[in-house]
Amino acid sequence: MPTHQFVLNGKPVTVEAPADMPLLWVLRDKLGVTGPKYGCGVGVCRACTSHLDGEEIQPCVVPVGDCANRQVTTIEGLADGDVLHPVQQAWLDCDVAQCGFCQPGQIMTAVALLRRTACPTDADIDRIENVCRCGTYFRIRQAIKQAADALD
Amino acid sequence: MRMLTCGPAPPMLGPLFAPWPGKAPEISSTPQALGRRRFLTYLVAAPALAVGAQLALDAEPAQALPGLPSLADLGDALILAGLPTAHLLVLEVTEAGRVVLQLPRVEVGQGLTTAMAMLVADELDAVLTDVDVPLSPARPELLFAQLTGASNSVRSLYDPVRAAAAAARARLVTAAARRWDLSATGLRTQDSRVIAPDGRSASYGELAVAAAAVLVPAVSTLPRPATQQRLVGQPTGRIDARDIVTGKAKYAGDLDVPGAVPTVVLRPPTVKGTVRSWDGAAARAMPGVLDVLAVPTGIAVLAETFDQALKAKAAVQVSWNPGPLAALSDTDVRAKLRAATAPFVVPPLLSLSLDAEFDFAFVSHAPMEVLTAVADVRPDRAELWFAAQAPIAAQQAIAAVLGLPVGAVKVNVVRAGGSFGRRLFADAAVEAARISQAAGRPVKLMWTRNDDIRHGRVRPASHHRVRATHLLGQVLTYEHRVCTVRTDFGHGLGEALTAAGASLPVGADAFSQVFFDLTQELPYELGVTTQLLTEVPLDIPTGSWRSVYSGLVRVADEVMVDELARTLGRDPVAFRRARLRDAGARAVLDKAAQAGSWGRPMPAGHAQGIAFHSEHRSSVACLVEIDATDPAEPRVTKAVVAADVGRVINPRGLEAQLLGAVTDGISVTLRAGLHLDRGAIREGSYADFHYARQRHSPLAFEAHLMPPSGPPGGAGELGVPAAAAAVANAYARATGTSPRSFPIKH
Repeated sequence: MPTHQFVLNGKPVTVEAPADMPLLWVLRDKLGVTGPKYGCGVGVCRACTSHLDGEEIQPCVVPVGDCANRQVTTIEGLADGDVLHPVQQAWLDCDVAQCGFCQPGQIMTAVALLRRTACPTDADIDRIENVCRCGTYFRIRQAIKQAADALD
Repeated sequence: MRMLTCGPAPPMLGPLFAPWPGKAPEISSTPQALGRRRFLTYLVAAPALAVGAQLALDAEPAQALPGLPSLADLGDALILAGLPTAHLLVLEVTEAGRVVLQLPRVEVGQGLTTAMAMLVADELDAVLTDVDVPLSPARPELLFAQLTGASNSVRSLYDPVRAAAAAARARLVTAAARRWDLSATGLRTQDSRVIAPDGRSASYGELAVAAAAVLVPAVSTLPRPATQQRLVGQPTGRIDARDIVTGKAKYAGDLDVPGAVPTVVLRPPTVKGTVRSWDGAAARAMPGVLDVLAVPTGIAVLAETFDQALKAKAAVQVSWNPGPLAALSDTDVRAKLRAATAPFVVPPLLSLSLDAEFDFAFVSHAPMEVLTAVADVRPDRAELWFAAQAPIAAQQAIAAVLGLPVGAVKVNVVRAGGSFGRRLFADAAVEAARISQAAGRPVKLMWTRNDDIRHGRVRPASHHRVRATHLLGQVLTYEHRVCTVRTDFGHGLGEALTAAGASLPVGADAFSQVFFDLTQELPYELGVTTQLLTEVPLDIPTGSWRSVYSGLVRVADEVMVDELARTLGRDPVAFRRARLRDAGARAVLDKAAQAGSWGRPMPAGHAQGIAFHSEHRSSVACLVEIDATDPAEPRVTKAVVAADVGRVINPRGLEAQLLGAVTDGISVTLRAGLHLDRGAIREGSYADFHYARQRHSPLAFEAHLMPPSGPPGGAGELGVPAAAAAVANAYARATGTSPRSFPIKH
């Protein structure tokens, strides 16, 4: 079985897996990193959203072979020790979460959006595809705007 | 150390045993069965008997919203069913200073653990962050007091949790008084400490052991009056928010149970199809595969990773028998429902009548976390971990399929990634138990999203026939006939009650009728009003979907009320206002209309819509604005909700529930529905089951909470019918159409 090396949340990891194994299952089943959630397995619900070299990805549809020698960041790697990322802090301040299952993906999507667009408009936020079945969208919108102000 | 403290004393049991009229309660010979049977008899009898006075004496919630004509609603019945064991709450103060409330409910996102922590902290004068609210495993001795549903948790726990915390506080104060040899009445409590007038203080942790020895507290053990609550009513962030935003919150699939291997099940193309023959050889030969075996629901594949299990699942060869609905599609279901809808009583003679028919599609619960259960079944015992709304019923069901005594099955309740009624049923846990038993090893079973939508439970499809007659501007009669695919209440209460229902005079769907009668009430004075439910049994898994019948019946009502107002040339708000029976309800409607600037000029293609709903001793009005300039792509741009839920524990949590309800209303009215195609559900993921996305969600949202009007009412489901109907009414006004089939874009 091939071996893959990448940097996970700042630490180098080596894992044995078929090259076509989706990163999601490498993270969850082989590395015990459970922040990225399974919600559909086909890149639609985006509950697993994480970052590859700082860009948003859906690990359920990204083969681990594509991650070789690259930086993978999951929700677990977003905070700086005990200091939350401003987007995480905004999520707390706006009390966004209900069941919380989609929120790691929502937060990672928001972080990536704010990297691309420092001051996202409502139209930019509307383009977020992540599903929140509890329907927290309005608070997500508020939190993104608050985080944008904090990052400004 | 453990402090076992009591809530209110069990009520006098006499009235609880009142039999069904004309029928003596059947009493079994075993004590346990006897107790359950008697409670069942009471619960079913509750709406039929005039027990209002007794309710008012025993259960505070019955006093809420005076003026509501019903003596008992579903919540009252559930509270009474749970009362005999409601005092069995466990509240613990540890030597480390943690205050631990073992919560006999599940957290599904509704914010219950936060609300309960607030209640405890308030009553106990503890720091909120000192309070932990773990979820209790199934506790069969609680009988009916461990069911999360019917928007009943805060209503049923408000009194016993405060009572438990007040009793704990009294013992801590007494222990401190003994330690310092001071009068207990001179001591006060603050920030998890008992404080003496001379400035000495002791932490709850330091006092915990001594407090456990206090048999007779020297100060009052009664909860404080609402006027002295300091935390209740303060907007408070979720206690688990930090765990959520850092990825630490653990759901069933995230648990690391030793040896539990990833497991998936290959399921038939049609609903409830069965395996005719199968060949797992190719799958077994694939890398990482540990086992392939047949279960009643399909072929289970166990592997070292979910990726391997999913790939091997695709390699299993199966010949399927078609499911029982293989001849049926949506149009057939609709025709069955239409044919079975009860006829009207009132002929439209000497008056004008407005008739309308409505259809609602099947809807998936589709919680973000797919059904997941970890099962470790041994020859003589079993342990499971999953999100259970009805863990006692689940434990019984699992014990039955495993052939184990109930006491040998431990059901650990794990937080849920959403539910909306779905996790009243332990479908995945029962399946996981079977697989673990057959494979002889622990399993972590995950349904795929396809499984969840194509083989999950559905909100029953329904057909509605509504007729209002009117003369000279007055509504004379209002008749609503609803026919739904039968709702499965075979969980916890429902399982027992539907079983009991078979012996009730009204027939096999007795519990549905009881549930319908307890929950369905038109809040308006519309002349002679009748509402009748009929059900069509259909072999498709159904279940309560957030707001149950109200999400159908009350939506049709509110659309009809708008059309009546239009027919009579009246403004929709003024028409409702003049006919709402209750002053509190009118205040809620007024608040939404005022805060939402009802009647403000809107551009072409835009419109406002409003609707009202009362249930669970609460009431809500929702005003939305919609942009339907492209009728194919309507967008709700703003939502304003006003709610009276009695005393609010956590306004921030309540607003979250109302926000979620608005999103649900937008979804089920405009886009989210299922199709049945020759016995198979067409949709398979969020790509085609169109639950709202960010672009469908309002850009502006306001929640207005009315001042506390009494004890807490229910709130988890409350907003859904009003929001769904407001969206329908806004769409109708913006497009000049009369929506009759939901979702509108289906």
